[in-house]
Amino acid sequence: MSELVIKNLHVSIEDKEILKGLSLTINQGEIHAVMGPNGTGKSTLAYTLMGHPSYTVTQGEIIFKGQNVLDLEPDERSRAGIFLAFQYPVAIPGVTVANFLRSAINSRRRAANPEDKGMPIPEFRKLLKEKMDMLKMDHAFAGRYLNDGFSGGEKKRAEILQMATLKPEIAILDETDSGLDIDALRIVADGVNALAGPELGVLIITHYQRLLNYIKPHFVHVMLDGRIVESGGPDLALHLEDQGYDWVREKHDAVPEG
Amino acid sequence: MQEKPKVVVNRTRRESAAKDFSFAADSVPAGSGALKDVRAKAWNAFTKFAMPINTDEAWRRTDLRLLPAADFKLPKDGAFEDLPVVPEHLLKPLTGEQHGGQITLLPGGSHVDLDPALVSKGVIFTDIRTAEREHPELLNKLIGQIVKPEDGKFAALASALSGNGVLLYVPKNVQVETPLHSVLWGPGTDLAHFSHLIVYVEDGASVTYVHEAASPNETGHAMHAGIVEIHVGKDAKLRFVELQSWGRHVWNFSHERARVERGGNLDWIFGAVGSRLTKNFSDLDLAGEGAQGRMSGFYFTDGTQHLDHDTQQNHLAPHTTSDLLFKGALKGKSRSVWQGMIYVAPGAQKTDGYQANRNLILDDQSRADSIPGLEILADDVRCTHGATVGKLEKEPLFYLKSRGIPQKEAEQLVVEGFFDPIMQRIPFEGVRERFQQAIQDKLSTGTG
Repeated sequence: MSELVIKNLHVSIEDKEILKGLSLTINQGEIHAVMGPNGTGKSTLAYTLMGHPSYTVTQGEIIFKGQNVLDLEPDERSRAGIFLAFQYPVAIPGVTVANFLRSAINSRRRAANPEDKGMPIPEFRKLLKEKMDMLKMDHAFAGRYLNDGFSGGEKKRAEILQMATLKPEIAILDETDSGLDIDALRIVADGVNALAGPELGVLIITHYQRLLNYIKPHFVHVMLDGRIVESGGPDLALHLEDQGYDWVREKHDAVPEG
Repeated sequence: MQEKPKVVVNRTRRESAAKDFSFAADSVPAGSGALKDVRAKAWNAFTKFAMPINTDEAWRRTDLRLLPAADFKLPKDGAFEDLPVVPEHLLKPLTGEQHGGQITLLPGGSHVDLDPALVSKGVIFTDIRTAEREHPELLNKLIGQIVKPEDGKFAALASALSGNGVLLYVPKNVQVETPLHSVLWGPGTDLAHFSHLIVYVEDGASVTYVHEAASPNETGHAMHAGIVEIHVGKDAKLRFVELQSWGRHVWNFSHERARVERGGNLDWIFGAVGSRLTKNFSDLDLAGEGAQGRMSGFYFTDGTQHLDHDTQQNHLAPHTTSDLLFKGALKGKSRSVWQGMIYVAPGAQKTDGYQANRNLILDDQSRADSIPGLEILADDVRCTHGATVGKLEKEPLFYLKSRGIPQKEAEQLVVEGFFDPIMQRIPFEGVRERFQQAIQDKLSTGTG
């Protein structure tokens, strides 16, 4: 059973504490949504899980499949089965989508077996075409430089393409719905739904309920000031859609800190 | 017994120039006819040039004070027999097909191979010594026409002393389909290697030529000074690839100039990964209406390497087009200099000139100087330039690592990606692979 356990996580960036004791457990096969207003630490959670060097964990732990994730480099976390779909995917000029994905696949194979010669090109082409078809992507996409000059929708689709190709066990989607029109949103959601299943745990980080109309979460959490303050089922998201975050703020600001 | 007086050595004056060479007039190789005159004139010019110092504009960023000029000797005839041999991999075709001809230039010797089918078409591809014997009239006509001894001290020196070199001559309207290849192999220390390449493509002819200069890494010092003279005739086409893979102990100097006539087209590619120090002058003269020239350069320095490329795109006739892109990555304490000038002569209307130099700094201690320049004396032209020096950024590396790619490989991908636009200009898989291997080797060495 692959489970991701986050316990009492405290994270700072440049000495400013952003996460202040966040706990969350995601089992394989479950879809969780973390919602919350801007500036509450949602993206910090996403980057910290992936091991971004600008974020310092000062307290708490992250355990994945029984292993302490905090000891691992980002590439090791990825190979262990954690995937982050970036809110702002980074352009890598001069590196094609295909070349990049092949490098990513081959790094996995080599980590498993240092003698591995890499995935044969015909096999890789077939895999890539299959995944691109699933996401209704033009095959020419494979030859473009990664995220370089991509539209917002293309970037997000490219993130899901990577997810489909790398087959993670835990996928974190950081504001994957931002900047997408309704058609692109549907394609991306269909892609995630096609990959979801008993093998995959999903953590959706989002400001709006919109994406949750297309990807149905099992659990919804509300984040406020670096902590999860409410947890519930899918109706919690609907409630937030109607009422906004003010009621959560009022409820929790009333509780003195500490 | 009287004590000897104490000798006080007070050395405060810094030497402002390197010691000069110890070559003498009798170092000039014998020759006959025009060749003899060319060498004599060059020697005369050489003796008048002082060693360049950093108040000379072209040498402001390249310091020769540590050049042990006086120590260098010319290799004797047959010297190569006692020196390391050419590694097999340098002789492999870099162009994906068999060579139409291959020349190996060695210290004090050479080896030539040319497809008889090309010989029968009148193509000449041979070393300078053989050309002196077999094609004296042609050699006398072509040598020293494009690069002059007056161009600089090292041009004069190479003109005077070079017994080694290549003559490539393609007669009118002959299309050479298979690429030609030459390797200049310069092993040994305290030696000065000289080379003189003459490439003459007659009107309507076409050819691809790849030249590589290389040596093993050795301790001590060695030097090379070279001349490259290129003529691309009317409506002729030349693709010329030169690779610089000198050992880390080599001081490398070259003066190169290409003259492109009306409607001619030159695709000129430079790759540089070697040498201790390089100062390269490359001039493109677009001499006839509609002439086109493209100059593409890639370099990767590490350790304490210093590479200085000085380029000139001269638009001397109307409707000429030049396009220069040099890209370099730097590691360790290495340094690169690119200074480029686009010159448009009076009356050279409707010209289109472009130059760009992009650098990627991989270490805080490496440094790239990038100095573009325009001098335009015509009014209806389009000239643009750009120069950038950037660092290897953290976010792209994190992004790649987040997909499971380890740090070193992520760096390599970003660096290869940086060079991709220039690799796209090189139609030879072998050349690209050679450079990718150099990138990998340089990135994997610890501190550089």
